[in-house]
Amino acid sequence: MYFDLTDEQQAIRSTAREFLAARYKSERIRELAESEHGFEQSDWEEMAELGWPGLALPEEWGGQGLGIVDLAVLFEEMGYALAPSPLLSSAVVGLALALCGSDDQRERFLRPLAEGGLRGAPALWDAGTPGTIGQFTMEAREDGDGVVLDGEKILVMDAASADVLLVATADGRRHLVERQAPGVAIAPSTSIDLTRRLYSVRFDGVRVAPEDSLPAAGPDYFDVFHRICVAVAAESTGIAQRTMEMAVAYAKDRQQFGRPIGAYQAVSHRCAQMLLETENSRSAVYGAAWAADAEPGSLPRAAAIAKAYASDAGWRVPDASIQVHGGIGFTWEHDLHFFLKRGKANAAMFGDAKWHRERVADAVLA
Amino acid sequence: MDLSLSPSEQRFRDEVSAWIEANHPGPEPDGGLEEVMAFRREWQLKMHEAGWAGISWPKEFGGRGATLIEQAIFVGEAARLEAPSPANVLGLAMGGPVVIAHGTEEQKARYLEPILTGEEIWCQGFSEPESGSDLASLKTRAVKDGDEWVVTGQKVWTTFAQYAKWCMLVARTDPDAPKHKGLTYFLMDMEQDGVEAKPLVQITGEGEFNEVFIEEARIPDANVVGGVGNGWSVAITTLMNERAGLAFGAIAQIANSLKRLGKLAAETRVNGGTAAEDPVFRQRLAQLHIEAETMRLNAYRGLTKTMQSGIPGPEGSLGKWQWADINQRIGELALDIEGAYAPLARGGEHALAGGAWQYSFLRSRANSIEGGTTDILKNIIAERVLGLPRMR
Repeated sequence: MYFDLTDEQQAIRSTAREFLAARYKSERIRELAESEHGFEQSDWEEMAELGWPGLALPEEWGGQGLGIVDLAVLFEEMGYALAPSPLLSSAVVGLALALCGSDDQRERFLRPLAEGGLRGAPALWDAGTPGTIGQFTMEAREDGDGVVLDGEKILVMDAASADVLLVATADGRRHLVERQAPGVAIAPSTSIDLTRRLYSVRFDGVRVAPEDSLPAAGPDYFDVFHRICVAVAAESTGIAQRTMEMAVAYAKDRQQFGRPIGAYQAVSHRCAQMLLETENSRSAVYGAAWAADAEPGSLPRAAAIAKAYASDAGWRVPDASIQVHGGIGFTWEHDLHFFLKRGKANAAMFGDAKWHRERVADAVLA
Repeated sequence: MDLSLSPSEQRFRDEVSAWIEANHPGPEPDGGLEEVMAFRREWQLKMHEAGWAGISWPKEFGGRGATLIEQAIFVGEAARLEAPSPANVLGLAMGGPVVIAHGTEEQKARYLEPILTGEEIWCQGFSEPESGSDLASLKTRAVKDGDEWVVTGQKVWTTFAQYAKWCMLVARTDPDAPKHKGLTYFLMDMEQDGVEAKPLVQITGEGEFNEVFIEEARIPDANVVGGVGNGWSVAITTLMNERAGLAFGAIAQIANSLKRLGKLAAETRVNGGTAAEDPVFRQRLAQLHIEAETMRLNAYRGLTKTMQSGIPGPEGSLGKWQWADINQRIGELALDIEGAYAPLARGGEHALAGGAWQYSFLRSRANSIEGGTTDILKNIIAERVLGLPRMR
């Protein structure tokens, strides 16, 4: 029993902390929020040099061959820095190919993705549906050798800058569609989270060749889903950590009634609550990440616990931080709102807290 | 990172659970406290004979010299298997470790063995009617008289004082010194004319706690622990020991309660189904499981940190806070699931689950008060973990 990061994982953490802090200062995050794709290609190329796109992908296919604990370390730092990046969208497609793809698909898509030369984005939820996990309505209409896709996907991260989309259909399959394939039309959505771009994508008679449909189906993708839940939960933990630190620093500095506001228990106890939620979130995340690497049988429940807890903490802690900051925390000028918005958007992605709690209830009441 | 037990840790766990299962005396007697204490004394003696009492104590003092992880495993297994509590909890968890850390050779020779056997029960005389969370303001006075000290004052919330031979007493020996400096830690013989223990009846109707009235009680100078004027730092060691040892037992106890709560939910009918099918109850139950799991994982992270640094950190306060909160919400959810039946307590024929949850609900109200109130724990976290300015 040993619950701490290894020296190598500490090194990933400090490299990421340093790299991201140097690139994503407040002004830069604001600039990127106004930019077309929401991130900078040159940043992506630097991340690729660090091996991040392939961090938890197999060495055999050009990845670093590290585990989900390592991935969680990286994503916690992405949240801490509020880094605008297509790393998450690409990680979903990378893990799907690694765990559920054919060798031919891995050769064509996973290898370049792991090396950072190609980016993927998952197109899962259908317009007009409640967006329930695992329930898709787009038909994969058989036509000759392959299938034809018609319909509209929503909440697609980084669609306009991805090279390939991973499209879910009602039969539980996933299909690889190039962004520039005929019949694909991409429109930006307006998200509260200005640090991650969302799009809707129309598919109008888009043909998929048989070699571009993944061999796995339905429940197989839960192996991908649970690992991504851990990554998103890790990112929300980083958001909580950072905004707690901001609150504590402000509470030490800001004077009212002749003393720092952190000396008042209404404020200091709120900060203690933020620490509790942040630490719980971190424990849940690394517990689940460890399960993914070492004890996959317990991953479904551990991932549900992590995503449920971090979904709440990831927006409540920045929210509490805004309260500690008072009026300045509610201004556009202060960075806190970017954290709150990313935390709230993360909470809704890949199953919200309520959905994951229901999974935990299923497990414990069985 | 490795959250599983190593082969040797697994062997240790199997050894512990096999011993407990083979020697488990069954549930505690339903009668009064006297009967319960006799039962616990017998259990403790059995533990001692097999080398399980004083598991954290070094071998040279009759303990087992177990590692932190082994202690955690033992406490966790004992709670999981619902083993009874030993009679002399405070002696084992606090008195012994304090004597080992701060006592003289004579004190070690005199006190340690009867703590382990349960022959002498210990109690803790810290809190006073006017000194609760602000412990260092305590007023009980000890005045030197030859080679003795004469003590007068009042202590409160003294668990099992009515059975105790020895009291870990903190008293003021220098009224002119700053409040943390003028205190001394004594071992006071409870069996003397100047000491009287009166049980306090709790909201559950039981009397675990006592008021202790001390009127010119006498303590030999040889019973000072850690030197005159050092009472505060000796007392702090005691409290650190209390907090460090409790976490893993608390975790297993919560796991047991959650299991029982799941059973209650499955057996209780609401709105044409069971409570286990009710979406609101499912959400609340799941949230408690989630937080219990984060508490367990936090404790393991804390244990790793303690193994690295050698001392338990103030982060232990998070666990105590969380335990109290979860335990209280378990009792609350149970009564909400029982719905209209919630008022029916032990002793009535229509009470659900024999009225056990009414007791849990009421007893858990103390969880956020005993052993450091949640409010004080938040102060400790704010000041010592987050580095916020002191409130005073």
